Amino acid sequence: MSVDKATVARIAHLARIGVGEEELEPLAAELSGILQWIEQLNEVDTDAVPPMASVHDEGLRWRGDVVNDGDKQADIVANAPDAANGFFAVPKVIE
Amino acid sequence: MAELTELGIAEARNLLAKGSFSSRELTESHIAAVAEASALNAMVTETPEIALAMAEASDERRRKGEAGALEGIPLAIKDLFCTKGVLTTAGSHILDGFTPPYESTVTANLWREGGVMLGKTNMDEFAMGSSNETSYHGAVQNPWRRRGDNRALVPGGSSGGSATAVSGRFAMGATATDTGGSIRQPASFTGTVGCKPTYGRCSRWGVVAFASSLDQAGPITRSVRDNAIMLGAMAGYDPKDSTSARVALPDFEAALTGDVRGLRIGVPKEYVLDGMPGEIEALWQLGIGWLREAGAEIIDISLPHTKYALPAYYIVAPAEASSNLARYDGVRFGLRVPGEDLTEMYENTRAAGFGPEVRRRVLIGTYVLSAGYYDAYYLKAQKVRRLIAQDFRDVYGTVDAILTPSAPSAAFAFGDKADDPIAMYLNDVFTVPANLAGLPGISIPAGLSDDGLPLGLQVLAPAFDEETMFRVAGVLEEAAAFAETPEEWWRSS
Repeated sequence: MSVDKATVARIAHLARIGVGEEELEPLAAELSGILQWIEQLNEVDTDAVPPMASVHDEGLRWRGDVVNDGDKQADIVANAPDAANGFFAVPKVIE
Repeated sequence: MAELTELGIAEARNLLAKGSFSSRELTESHIAAVAEASALNAMVTETPEIALAMAEASDERRRKGEAGALEGIPLAIKDLFCTKGVLTTAGSHILDGFTPPYESTVTANLWREGGVMLGKTNMDEFAMGSSNETSYHGAVQNPWRRRGDNRALVPGGSSGGSATAVSGRFAMGATATDTGGSIRQPASFTGTVGCKPTYGRCSRWGVVAFASSLDQAGPITRSVRDNAIMLGAMAGYDPKDSTSARVALPDFEAALTGDVRGLRIGVPKEYVLDGMPGEIEALWQLGIGWLREAGAEIIDISLPHTKYALPAYYIVAPAEASSNLARYDGVRFGLRVPGEDLTEMYENTRAAGFGPEVRRRVLIGTYVLSAGYYDAYYLKAQKVRRLIAQDFRDVYGTVDAILTPSAPSAAFAFGDKADDPIAMYLNDVFTVPANLAGLPGISIPAGLSDDGLPLGLQVLAPAFDEETMFRVAGVLEEAAAFAETPEEWWRSS
């Protein structure tokens, strides 16, 4: 499958990465090259094969529903580019 | 005393125990070597004050008779591991200034065992790369150069800074991570020993995530014994990582019996590649001969889906990366580039913060997970992944370990592959299958290429059988008797 400029613009927006108009064409060519290379997977018959998400087969463990950590508000916002009163600060979202 | 930086971990451990020198002396010599090696660009952050304080605390513990497995040993830490109060960038602009308020489990384990931190090592951005050329902090230079040729070579990647620090003798060991070969390929390129243990052996907690179902931490050292010692200190069950394996932690060093008699070693025919340099094929044959002479039985095997491992990986890893890297939004840590509104702030931050390779992979990952393409790409890759894992399961009934080359070439020059993503991805052709299947693998230096560069051989073993992996690697190491070291040209510059 090859991707066009419009598709690159769409996935860039989905990924929230700003991509300039002049970069769309070269990126479309690059991504198309990779996707075409990946398509050799279609040679493999996988009709009866269940997908494998992880090699970890223990299943997720249970633990008691208890608080064993916390009280770290200052640590959590310490690296924020902008914080106020213990909160992360962002540009205004609601008009 | 000869230069302390020439010692391995095992030797230094024994000499420290005898009182031949202190951790402070050992650490000072390494701090000086780190400072002299700045031309290699292997370190993002040097932490000499922390190192000296840790060394003094180590000497104090030793006086009290409380020595751990790595007591007083100076180590370098890949910049992917969160280190409390010490800049952690993952090689990315988007983590500018990020100072974790917590310590990764793996590094905490190393400090508990007495390790001393020299600093943080350079790496490909978010561990995405095979040459270290994608680091925001500039590429690392391989300590090795071709015979009679002064051109700079890549150290491999993504753990190129860690491999270089160990190869260049300014760290005795270094932590690294391996998602598709990022420990074993740079180890092969720098003449060092690099092990990716079984998925789940080392905790991923506090390691900046790239592809969570593949990422695994491991050590880079100068000998198999040192590697076994260091892995033992890094590994172990951690309730903070839901995929951490609750299995017993063996004494890996005790597995180095030197005896492989009767062991069945598989040689997969699919690892013979068209166009692979003859010297790599020859080295592989040499390795096969060494193991046969040592009494192992060599068995030809087939891993039929091997050629599909790389394309499957380049769906699974970018898909997981696009999800994991969603957290870099300019709100909670690192870089923020303002915009007119919140969405534009995200887009500006991520446009400025991610380099071209990371952007490429996030876009690929977003595409293969997007509506309409999920089944054709992501689900397909997950199914192929199961077939690759099954290939290994099938052969581990008849063999105990597998021997392959570590990488399809020796170290290459800067820019050789930087313009062709697929050529770069092919570096990991021998290493990626073990990540998809979650299996342990180790690269050991086994010889030199015709132009004088190190080449590695890889030993793969069944899940949670690092002991067999180390045992075979130890026998290969002894037979190879690889004693070459890079000329220390960087010290004069």
